Amino acid sequence: MSDSGYVLEVKGAEKSFGLTRALQGADLNVKTGEIIAIMGPSGSGKSTLLHCMAGIFQPDKGEVRFAGNSLATMSDEERTTLRRTVFGFVFQFGQLVPELTAEDNIALPLLLNKVSRKDAYFQARKWFKRLGIENMEKHRAGEMSGGQAQRVALARALVIKPKVLFADEPTGSLDSLASEQVMELLIQAAREQGTTVVLVTHDPRIAAYADREVMVRDGKVTTGQHKAKAAR
Amino acid sequence: MSASYALLGILGRRPSYGYDLKRDYDFFYGKEKALAFGQVYATLSRLLRDKKVTVDAMEQGAGPERKLYAITDIGRKDLENWLSAPEKLHPNTQTVLFVKVVTSILLDKDPDVYLDVQRAAHINRMRELTSARRTGDLAQLLQADYAIFHLEADLRWIDITTARLQKLKEEIQSER
Repeated sequence: MSDSGYVLEVKGAEKSFGLTRALQGADLNVKTGEIIAIMGPSGSGKSTLLHCMAGIFQPDKGEVRFAGNSLATMSDEERTTLRRTVFGFVFQFGQLVPELTAEDNIALPLLLNKVSRKDAYFQARKWFKRLGIENMEKHRAGEMSGGQAQRVALARALVIKPKVLFADEPTGSLDSLASEQVMELLIQAAREQGTTVVLVTHDPRIAAYADREVMVRDGKVTTGQHKAKAAR
Repeated sequence: MSASYALLGILGRRPSYGYDLKRDYDFFYGKEKALAFGQVYATLSRLLRDKKVTVDAMEQGAGPERKLYAITDIGRKDLENWLSAPEKLHPNTQTVLFVKVVTSILLDKDPDVYLDVQRAAHINRMRELTSARRTGDLAQLLQADYAIFHLEADLRWIDITTARLQKLKEEIQSER
């Protein structure tokens, strides 16, 4: 963590896609272990902000820091390593590898991180009971419901015990009950592991699981900043 | 909702003493807002007056005399009518939220600011309810769900009003 006490810091981030100015000077700080929801209307820039925080996009101007280190000063390879070993990702559609079984999908990030096959599968299998999807280890994505597939995607993101979990509309394709189950699991697992969560959602019921919500409008974070930051 | 129908519902299962009625009411309906004994007996007095309940038996023990209350045919008919009738919908579409937005515009203040404050307050309440759902039983969970979905409806209104503010400002300012 940086001297500032924040695990993630965004300062004056700007990002354009052609003529579209997605971010127009966004500022946001996130404390270690905090669960934060980024809300805002469609096209406000909330997903772009998440992608910049995760090092997937590079801001055109401004800066993103993780644990005090600027992502801009890292090489592509260092950023890729960061995304593979320290960050976890969950998206609206689980994006499981369809040819692989559920346990293959969960073990995959560990295998990519050079964990032994035996240990990777041992750790992957531990998630099935926890997620309430026992006996689905050998199922492929097409053989699972949306809620089950999203739980597998969640396990795949958390199995590496990431420092930060980035979740972009993680329940956007699920009904109310399945959404609730996925969010309860996400929050519980993140708290147990001390994982910081950055959650993008347009749904206030999902935002209500977070410790704090910020509102993004016209590419800027307009409300919900930490008081110390807002006072500056 | 008046407690009358909730008490009639409990008596609809079987006759009950006042103390047991309060305990059952709190268990089934009132975990967040338990019924005071005074309210139980005041409600029973009204139901007796309206012949919806009757005193079935008196029990004299070591303490004060206990009355066993039972629902009457009139009470049961009233309860069934109440159960089968739809609730009246809220007729007033001019909510306080709307009045605050228009007043902000009339006074050249920024209604965005008010709507952001209101949104934060709504989500805070949602957060409290979401947290309470984890420790409560199914009945409390369903009551919290009801409150959360109503808050969500308000939030949707706040979001769409925020999106339409510019047009609303133009309309109001052209009338001033």
